[in-house]
Amino acid sequence: MMNKLFTGIFTLSIILATTSGIALVQAKDITIDQQNKTFLLNNKKVEAITVNQGDTIHFMNKDPWFHNIFSLSDLKTFDLGSYPKGVSKPVIFDKKGTVEIECAIHPNMFLEVTVK
Amino acid sequence: MKVGDYMSNVRQQKIAAHVAIIFAIVFLVGLGLSPQVFAAKSDYLPNKKMRIPKNNQLTPERIELGKALFFDPRLSDTNQMSCATCHNPSLYWTDGLKKAVGNKSQQLKRATPTIVDVGHSRHLFWDGRARSLEEQASGPITSSIEMNQDIQVLIGELKAIPGYVELFDKAYPGEGITEKTIGKGLASFERSIVSAFNSPFDRWVAGDEDALSTAAKRGFELFDGKARCSVCHEGQHFTDGSFHNIGLNNGDDIGRYEFVKVNIMKGAFKTPTLREITRTAPYMHNGEYQTLEEVIEHYVKGGVNKSNLSPEMKAVKLTQREKSDLVEFLKALTEQSNPITVPILPN
Repeated sequence: MMNKLFTGIFTLSIILATTSGIALVQAKDITIDQQNKTFLLNNKKVEAITVNQGDTIHFMNKDPWFHNIFSLSDLKTFDLGSYPKGVSKPVIFDKKGTVEIECAIHPNMFLEVTVK
Repeated sequence: MKVGDYMSNVRQQKIAAHVAIIFAIVFLVGLGLSPQVFAAKSDYLPNKKMRIPKNNQLTPERIELGKALFFDPRLSDTNQMSCATCHNPSLYWTDGLKKAVGNKSQQLKRATPTIVDVGHSRHLFWDGRARSLEEQASGPITSSIEMNQDIQVLIGELKAIPGYVELFDKAYPGEGITEKTIGKGLASFERSIVSAFNSPFDRWVAGDEDALSTAAKRGFELFDGKARCSVCHEGQHFTDGSFHNIGLNNGDDIGRYEFVKVNIMKGAFKTPTLREITRTAPYMHNGEYQTLEEVIEHYVKGGVNKSNLSPEMKAVKLTQREKSDLVEFLKALTEQSNPITVPILPN
């Protein structure tokens, strides 16, 4: 009887640990706005951000002109192309390391993403 | 009708007209039809501070050294060409030529840009390949098609001139004469070349309503609205430092794409300042246009060579008066510049 109880508790613990483990590494969605030719996170200027492996950053253009977000970093190379106000484009950060992101049109816009 | 009744009717009509106008404005704004303005008037006030590297803060000694280097033709291999040969202060720090002339009088592929307020620029050269003035400085000195100088030979030449040894020692004590200190000195002098911010436009922005003609004020409204110039030419320096392919005849010049392999950068060049625009013809990175009227026609057409055109380049219909108003506004960016004293070089 006690053995069964211990086995049950053990199994339950494993299930809980596994479930909470999944919850810990569950990928997040983060929105970075482009506004006034600046990268913003929660309405504040941001030049560096740390995310977890598997997270997605949505690059949302809130300016009345085009932006062209890209990275030529070895870890993650991408070119989202030029897109207007109201359009958001996602990038999944699937490898650990550092990615340098800019707007090709407005290179004063710079964001360093550290993926851990 | 009695006079009193007539006046009452007129008042009622006036009130009705005002109410109708207010309703119309509210309705248009609600529809998003209000004229779009890209930058506020206050954005043009000279409030932005220059970003200066911590290891090269401005001092009078550094500016003095940089000034000597800038005007010294011994920085070139033939001892005939200085930075000021192309960036001539008498011509508002440019050369008045369609395209720059380099070593052995060869024509280069791009026009000489003015260097006024260049200390505010975070990407140097038309293609933005240098990230600081310190880094940029040695580019034209060592380029085989420009000043064609071997930097080690130059360092040796400067070390042999006691006046320069003294200037370097005062500006950068203990750092010696090196490629780095040459770059730092030149960068310091260039950071001292700044706008006076005393043009009619500046005085108007600062509050003097009479400083700008009615036509120029209309021109500014167009510049900042319908004509969409301020999408890129915004703020106190009339540039946001952005890069665009604006549909010029670039030939085989791929511009920024040479250094940033992103498609939109093929044929893209840096947005230049518009300050003192009446004194810096010919215009565009390739000197394609001689007059401001030609430049405006280029934008009215939405560019000429439309291959890989910037999505911001859209044809815009302007009446003759609107074009003329824009030119009047651009003329109002002309400052009362102070004459510059040319240095006596160390010997």
